[in-house]
Amino acid sequence: MTDVADTRVEARPQSGIPEFLSRINTGKLLTHAALLFLVILWTFPTAGLLISSLRDKDQLAVSGWWTALTTATVQEVTRLGTAEDQIEENGQFVIRGNLFGEGDNKTLQNFGLTANTLAEASPGDSLEMRDGGAITVEASGDFAWVSDTEFTHTRGPRVFYIAAIPPRFTLENYAEVLSANGVGRSFINSLTVTIPATIIPILMAAFAAYALAWMRFPFRGLIVALVVGLLVVPLQMSLIPLLRMYNGIANVFGAEDGKTYLGIWLAHTAFGLPLAIYLLRNYMAGLPKEVMESARMDGASHFKIFTTMVLPLSFPALASFSIFQFLWVWNDLLVAMVFLGAQEDKLVLTGKLVSLLGSRGNNWEILTSGAFITIVVPLIVFFSLQRYFVRGLLAGSVKGG
Amino acid sequence: MTDVLQQILGAAVAVAVALLAAVAYFWVSNWLLDKTFGTAADTGTGSARNDAIRGHIRPWLFMFPALLFLSIYLVYPVIETVRLSLLDNASVGFVGLDNYIWAIGDDGFQRSVFNNIMWLIIVPSLSTGFGLVIAVLADRLWWGQIAKSLVFMPMAISFVGASVIWKFVYDFRSEGSEQIGALNAIVTGLGLPPQAWITLPVWNSIFLMVILIWIQTGFAMVILSAALRGIPEETLEAARIDGANDVRIFFDIMIPQIWGTIVVVWTTITIVVLKVFDIIFAMTNGQWDTEVLANLMFKWMFVNFDYGRGSAIAVVIMLSVLPIMIWNIRRANAEEGTR
Repeated sequence: MTDVADTRVEARPQSGIPEFLSRINTGKLLTHAALLFLVILWTFPTAGLLISSLRDKDQLAVSGWWTALTTATVQEVTRLGTAEDQIEENGQFVIRGNLFGEGDNKTLQNFGLTANTLAEASPGDSLEMRDGGAITVEASGDFAWVSDTEFTHTRGPRVFYIAAIPPRFTLENYAEVLSANGVGRSFINSLTVTIPATIIPILMAAFAAYALAWMRFPFRGLIVALVVGLLVVPLQMSLIPLLRMYNGIANVFGAEDGKTYLGIWLAHTAFGLPLAIYLLRNYMAGLPKEVMESARMDGASHFKIFTTMVLPLSFPALASFSIFQFLWVWNDLLVAMVFLGAQEDKLVLTGKLVSLLGSRGNNWEILTSGAFITIVVPLIVFFSLQRYFVRGLLAGSVKGG
Repeated sequence: MTDVLQQILGAAVAVAVALLAAVAYFWVSNWLLDKTFGTAADTGTGSARNDAIRGHIRPWLFMFPALLFLSIYLVYPVIETVRLSLLDNASVGFVGLDNYIWAIGDDGFQRSVFNNIMWLIIVPSLSTGFGLVIAVLADRLWWGQIAKSLVFMPMAISFVGASVIWKFVYDFRSEGSEQIGALNAIVTGLGLPPQAWITLPVWNSIFLMVILIWIQTGFAMVILSAALRGIPEETLEAARIDGANDVRIFFDIMIPQIWGTIVVVWTTITIVVLKVFDIIFAMTNGQWDTEVLANLMFKWMFVNFDYGRGSAIAVVIMLSVLPIMIWNIRRANAEEGTR
């Protein structure tokens, strides 16, 4: 879709206005603005997902992703230690600690002893405590509660504070979702399903497509019509009979159910065949007739012509179909759920994501990074092979997904 | 860990076996055919007859594996589903049209049909409309190619992935707390109360449709952009010389010229809409009045295990696709005739 250069000639109004001003006409500016608006609208949701998946999970939970670069503030409360935690230093009794706990890079802004007075003191200030002595809190959250008399309280008093969280980006969410939540395993499952299901139909479809494009035989038109018809048959029509058939076969072999990788490879192969045959036949039919006929004259068999000429020449169409099939199988949910099941160790990425939506629906750090892992492979395939994808789309636009 | 390795090994073996089997089948079957009905050089007499026989058999050898798969996985199931739809929930007793009669009276089914009709009206029209507008705008700007790539990108994203992306946009936090969903952030920014969009009947269906529109617009844009390029430059130039402005050119020249393509895009998206399942399954599973036929069918099949009703719903989806299927076949036949 890139090859055609824009050759349109624009008539420039001849007037007294300086050149650069007349070039900035409002129509063009409006076009820029309108397209920019639409593009932002279209990319904004995906950008939100990607940025969120890289954010610290505590920040992600309290602020919108568009604020990712600004410092957020949180209001929190920490309970101080009891009398047991005190140590004696130079004749004074001290309880030390950090309000934020370990390893947190928050910065204290204000603190106080009740929820209503949490802005009472600033870092470095001291506040009198009811249990005796005074507390001083530094910006780092380190506090020292010092008293001349020994502490006797058994329940630590609370300190309320406002802390600033600087923006923080991390891959922790990815590490967590890949290991702890089983997305890594699902990734392998998706690959296991997708690669064979993409490769197996190709040769089968290519032979059939060649026969439909270059051989003359009765019922050819009927078979072409059948293929075109099957392009749009809803998968829903196939599910129940195939499931019954698979379970029947599994019974014969004594297996508990018919949910196997072999089963889903063959199912995806068959579901991909109509598009494969359709795309390849259209492409092969467009190969130059003269070349084919002269090869036939020279005594080459159909088999030889197919393997030595047609198959190599059809590479672009084969690539188009492979990309389609790869994306379709990778992104499929329905076929995987029906033929592979919802067992934890057999879930593909789409199925895994649905189960995470159910079980971790509010843990956006899990969902965003999990979603990004499921879409990153298709995106790479898509952006690196966009030419073939578009070509296939243009050739096969009767296909209905 | 070993089962993972086993699984990967299994996939690799499957690919190798499948490729070898295919090559072996085609090679051996051709070799056998040539051997059985030899060429003139081998047999001398009757060669013309043998040539004819080979010419008759070979296409079927070429097509056999594909036709076998299509028959088992698509043709037979279509017939079988129609048969099952006339049987009871355990697929034993014949119940005639009972499953269909049940469907007509069922609230869930009526709701699904209504929603499917809404989807059919809104999604194809807006996808095609946005696709056309973006195609026209992008073709006039130097950065149009980048813009098109970005709008096209959702095509590569799974319906489930897209659902998560948009669920995040629609996320709801109770009033007063900071909204992390973009839509509620905008709404509260305007001083309005935040809404739990997904649970808001009627509107929630529209929010789900937005996801599909977001995905399908790229498809429409690419196809229509190619069609727009096909409009002869002289036609546009002539209109400009006649003093037509851009809006007139768009409506009076571009749209009529690419009308055929618009119809193809529209019908293609229509078929996607009729089968839409993943989005509803992932977002609401049909709750809050968002049910559609494909999800309802899945429920009857996999939650209630009533194959009769499930099949009946599948047949209804099939029947709604049928007019487009017939139209496609006629169009393909017409093209065949001109070759």
